[in-house]
Amino acid sequence: MVAVAETVKAVEALAAYEHGFVTDIEQEFAPKGLSEAVVRYISAKKEEPQWLLDWRLEAYARWLQLEEPSWAKVVYTPTDYDALHFYAAHAQKPGPKSLDEVDPEILATYAKLGIPLREQEVLAGVEGAAKYAVDAVFDSVSVVTTFKAELAKVGVLFMSFSEAVREHPELVRKYLGSVVPPSDNYYACLNSAVFSDGSFVYIPPGVKCPMELSTYFRINAQNTGQFERTLIIADKGAKVSYLEGCTAPQRDENQLHAAVVELIALDDAEIKYSTVQNWYPGDPETGKGGIYNFVTKRADCRGARSKVSWTQVETGSAVTWKYPSCILKGDGSVGEFYSIAITNGRQQADTGTKMIHLGANTRSRIISKGISAGRSANTYRGQVTAHPKAHGARNFTQCDSLLIGKTAAAHTVPYIEARNGSAQFEHEATTTRLSEDQLFYAQQRGLSQEEAVQLLVGGFVKEVLQELPMEFAVEAQKLVAISLEGSVG
Amino acid sequence: MLSIANLQVSVADTPILRGLSLDVPAGEVHAIMGPNGAGKSTLGYALAGRPGYEPTGGSATLDGEDLLELDPNERAAAGLFLSFQYPLEIPGVPALTFVRTALNAQRRAQGLPESSAPEFLKAARAAAGQLKIDFDMLKRPLNVGFSGGEKKRMEVLQMALLQPRFLILDETDSGLDIDALRVVADGVNALRSPDRSMLVITHYQRLLDYIVPDRVHVLAAGRIVASGGPELAHTLEAEGYDRIVGEAA
Repeated sequence: MVAVAETVKAVEALAAYEHGFVTDIEQEFAPKGLSEAVVRYISAKKEEPQWLLDWRLEAYARWLQLEEPSWAKVVYTPTDYDALHFYAAHAQKPGPKSLDEVDPEILATYAKLGIPLREQEVLAGVEGAAKYAVDAVFDSVSVVTTFKAELAKVGVLFMSFSEAVREHPELVRKYLGSVVPPSDNYYACLNSAVFSDGSFVYIPPGVKCPMELSTYFRINAQNTGQFERTLIIADKGAKVSYLEGCTAPQRDENQLHAAVVELIALDDAEIKYSTVQNWYPGDPETGKGGIYNFVTKRADCRGARSKVSWTQVETGSAVTWKYPSCILKGDGSVGEFYSIAITNGRQQADTGTKMIHLGANTRSRIISKGISAGRSANTYRGQVTAHPKAHGARNFTQCDSLLIGKTAAAHTVPYIEARNGSAQFEHEATTTRLSEDQLFYAQQRGLSQEEAVQLLVGGFVKEVLQELPMEFAVEAQKLVAISLEGSVG
Repeated sequence: MLSIANLQVSVADTPILRGLSLDVPAGEVHAIMGPNGAGKSTLGYALAGRPGYEPTGGSATLDGEDLLELDPNERAAAGLFLSFQYPLEIPGVPALTFVRTALNAQRRAQGLPESSAPEFLKAARAAAGQLKIDFDMLKRPLNVGFSGGEKKRMEVLQMALLQPRFLILDETDSGLDIDALRVVADGVNALRSPDRSMLVITHYQRLLDYIVPDRVHVLAAGRIVASGGPELAHTLEAEGYDRIVGEAA
């Protein structure tokens, strides 16, 4: 530990320890740029065990060998990794014991976002409303996790990643990187070296998680990358529904978000993972600023008859590169992907899924709804493969694109590969334009232009919205409408 | 009710209506007939406020309210309904949802309380029954995959539920066989009332055997060139447009 403390000192001296003042909270940054020293600094800041530091360093060494991928249909100014802070923490002791220790400005931020962090606030809400537990991650650090005690009663572990490393190192060590190994891809490798925090969930055998779990990510600091890591394990027969929400303030420069999410479902387990992503999309006219959302999400349906369902509503970010996938290893396992991706202004999204059928009688279902407006570009990229042992594998893919206006683009790039004769894959795709005639028709019946867009788009995305947990579906529907505001006329 | 004075409308800078004047008093049904290209559909679209149909002069008021100043949805809330010659398909939105959303948008604009679900469903069932529309069809996306006749019936169903004060029927008979025409005409006739007026735009006299107008106007080259009683429609049918239009020109 002495060596660790010395590293911290050395690194701090190296770059003259910085305090960033963003809105009103005091921040603590790692020095700009990435080096082995910075990786050591992050690990030391988090007081991590040696094995995790070694894991990070190995990932860093590999990252240096990798090149940023360029196959996605997106164009952007590459990130200058030397100008980036790889760690930003609000200046307070890690792991506040209660909300009273949390910086009130941060609490105000979450209140503004409408995310209840006080359990009594959730409980005081509408009677009969579903309870949901929240892990709030502000820049690199988890601020607070609610309802931990209540969840612990049934054996559910829900905490920040850092806490899990301290309290359940055996679980973290067993599963970390087992679905997305550090060498998987450029961004996942980067994340493995420098990830800061995130959420950890473990549902013990046979337990149905009694409430909705959720994480809210907020990027606040300037010139900062956010690299969170989420690890969810549903043990045999366990069941959990999890939602992540993301926002960031409006800034002129691009910010990098390179997260990794790993899901593991053992025999008969079920995980439902929903995302409502609303990172700042950049200026709609000039395309200036906005988040680069380069995220690796993958589920391992390791056990027989396990099931993982991804639902995503992607409305934000300047550039999105994201393919939540399922490895269907267990016999009879099921993977689902429901997606709404909306691009407007100058946004670019290249998103989709992979369904890798390894086990016998595995099934998957993909419903993708892409909406492009303004001068944006929206690409669905999907891969469905059946390996030789995946007898009786089945996939159904429905991939619909909706164009609004005359300057938006939609692309569909499906890869389908069946390596055994008993696999049955279906792929359906449509592209339609929301026409001015349709809008006029709806307006003639009494709807304002915005209401008309909302109704018509609502019809287009309904199939996916209804997969979201109810209390978020309404929010997501509003978000869909807001993100398309001013897209016509 | 509807009062149009010297209305001039251009589409893509080409004048289509060139000084059209017309009065439709409350409770009356007027027919607009005319050869192809006379500007019949333009009149309907201009009154409803379709983008691209630019009024360049004159006026159009509904019960004294200047229609040309209003957005299309505001005109709808003021009681104007245009039945389209080619009703649009609305994927993903069930017919019932579409009409109820429209009705409630109009009610909000009028400062009235929204229609409750049971109240609306009751009205929808009654209207569907009258128009011989299978109620389950109203749960399907509006007009998607519907036949021409079914689409026209859905237009009449919407009129019946939205209860507009002023109706414009644009070529409602096109694409209808005689049985469907009768059903649609019965639906429209059921909406005739002393405080509701209609403008029936049609190329053929056939529709006017079923929806009998109080007045018939002939539109040619963007102006009303002749007006008369229902018998004028028969004269046109017998003699063709050329003579009347020729005389006027």
